[in-house]
Amino acid sequence: MSVLVDDDTRVVVQGITGGEGKFHAQQMMEYGTNVVAGAVPGKGGQEVEGVPVYDTVHEAVEEENADTSVIFVPPAFAGDAVFESLDADLDLAVAITEGIPTQDMARVNKRLSETDTRLIGPNCPGLITPGEAKLGILPGNIFAEGNVGLVSRSGTLTYQVVDSLTNRGIGQTTAIGIGGDPIIGTDFVDALELFEDDPDTDAIVMCGEIGGEDEEEAAAFIDDYVDTPVAGFIAGRTAPPGKRMGHAGAIVSGSGTGTAESKINALNDAGVPVGDTPEEVADHIEEFLA
Amino acid sequence: MAMKLHEYQAKQVFADAGIPTPASELASDVDGAVAAAEEIGYPVAIKAQVQVGGRGKAGGIKLVEDEDEAREAADEILGMDLKGYHVDRVLVEEAVDFTNELYVGITMDRGEGKPVAMVSTKGGVNIEEVAEEDPDAIAREHIDPAFGMHPYQARKAVYDAGVDQSIARDVSSVLTTLYQLWDDRDGSDAEINPLMVTSDDEVIAADAVMNIDEDALFRQPELAEMEEEAAGGDELEQKADEYDFDYVRLDGNVGIIGNGAGLVMTTLDLVDHYGGEPANFLDVGGGAKAERIANALDMVFSDDNVDSVVFNIFGGITRGDEVARGINEALEQFDEIPKPVVVRLAGTNWEEGMEILNEDLVTVEQTLEDAVQRAVEYAGEVNE
Repeated sequence: MSVLVDDDTRVVVQGITGGEGKFHAQQMMEYGTNVVAGAVPGKGGQEVEGVPVYDTVHEAVEEENADTSVIFVPPAFAGDAVFESLDADLDLAVAITEGIPTQDMARVNKRLSETDTRLIGPNCPGLITPGEAKLGILPGNIFAEGNVGLVSRSGTLTYQVVDSLTNRGIGQTTAIGIGGDPIIGTDFVDALELFEDDPDTDAIVMCGEIGGEDEEEAAAFIDDYVDTPVAGFIAGRTAPPGKRMGHAGAIVSGSGTGTAESKINALNDAGVPVGDTPEEVADHIEEFLA
Repeated sequence: MAMKLHEYQAKQVFADAGIPTPASELASDVDGAVAAAEEIGYPVAIKAQVQVGGRGKAGGIKLVEDEDEAREAADEILGMDLKGYHVDRVLVEEAVDFTNELYVGITMDRGEGKPVAMVSTKGGVNIEEVAEEDPDAIAREHIDPAFGMHPYQARKAVYDAGVDQSIARDVSSVLTTLYQLWDDRDGSDAEINPLMVTSDDEVIAADAVMNIDEDALFRQPELAEMEEEAAGGDELEQKADEYDFDYVRLDGNVGIIGNGAGLVMTTLDLVDHYGGEPANFLDVGGGAKAERIANALDMVFSDDNVDSVVFNIFGGITRGDEVARGINEALEQFDEIPKPVVVRLAGTNWEEGMEILNEDLVTVEQTLEDAVQRAVEYAGEVNE
């Protein structure tokens, strides 16, 4: 079992004719993902890696029954690409693109609230159900099938933590990178809810970072609704206020909101142990599963 | 990231949109400042044009009554070091005789994923302090980004804040214009603090903040041109801009290079955890090629505070062989390696990377924890 994605997922890759889109479409297929179509305006009728390309997402849905899109469209056009996938009524859209203007995402966010489509990202590595399918750019070889759900705001930090788990023989149900932007589709609370409802997920890792209040909200949600044991990690304990640490969303404001301390305290209060190092997170998970 | 306009640039943008601003002129030398003051007419304010908060308290803003005072103030402010920023320009501005100071601002509420308009009668002070100590003193109105700000929303925010009826109309009009600017110009924050109210009930923007979403500069060519002028920061931060790195300088002596913001932040935290002090945050981003890796090392070596470097790459789209090539390239040009470098490679093509990496030039560790501890150890030895 898994959440959001499995080997039945029918994927359309938006931007499949670009360098990144093509490379990762191929990588996804090698991993076993069912990529059924590409969508690129003006490139309809072509084929990429044996996959038919359509001018619109709607055509990919009509012709190939695509139900999920992975978006590798440049930032200037990515907001529009998300709107298109929402309008085509897909179940899931995964926006990998980094650098989408925030105001575009505010409009997407508004539209999203009026549809049934779920958005992952933007500015995220995507998600993977080991042994079944991956949507995005995660390196498949470090993951293993298992019973731990993982949700993270950061890509490479996800790999670091997954590596620690896999090295100990602990596999994953699904790993979801929700992205490092200030406005994202699926947040921690949404992902926690999915894992809590998944009978095969026996423990959850949640990797947060400084900035915003999503981790605090997640802590409150865990306290109220989550019975599955959760271990946490928060990046950015040493970040000075007012300096953005790479991700657009990773900033401690001048007035002190978004600090690592506030997030760690909130998680601890909800009964979630927070590791000082990625290895300590794996230690906690090992204890949960013992 | 936001590009911050200087006060004089933001005022120009506001004035062009019809928001009342005081008469002002930019000057880069004392004579120019005095000439500007004479033309505007005393009293005037002389204001340092640097991107730091609390300029007034730090001595970067002076009110002057005559030529002698203007000369003295301009001489003092020009060339001064304000919280690490060199002042090379001042704005000479008509001093407004005010009876009241308000605050108006537009920002993105990331929790709601919507813009929010804010109005307060407690202007002229640090609004973040007001927000903390007396949150009810700020009226907030969330805006649906698909519709924009409805006129009633501007009025509602103004009345909710308790703005006097005699000026409510004018303040609503300023707020409406400010939202329009924020929306049209891809603002991240647009703020007037204080919005001064004069004795004859006129409102005037005495300060101006306009920060632009850097990700949107591609469609804001006019503002992108202002970027060069607005660029500030110390030499290293400017160098990071040239190399296009996400870089933040810190106070410690362990240089840090990695890929991906979350993992680099984690590396910083581990340096601290193991008793060291991080010198910087440097994210090479995804898919970095050899040249970029070499630039990253050059960047960190340029920081005199750095005594050792930890280079941590967990490859997803970044490839270990490219990283190894870049490290070799950067280090082989030295007769003597300037600072010890500890390397940890994992993920995509790490084995290929390890074969390529010249291990005579670096210390290799297998895990993140070991790499950080080794770098902290090296940095400690230098200081003994």
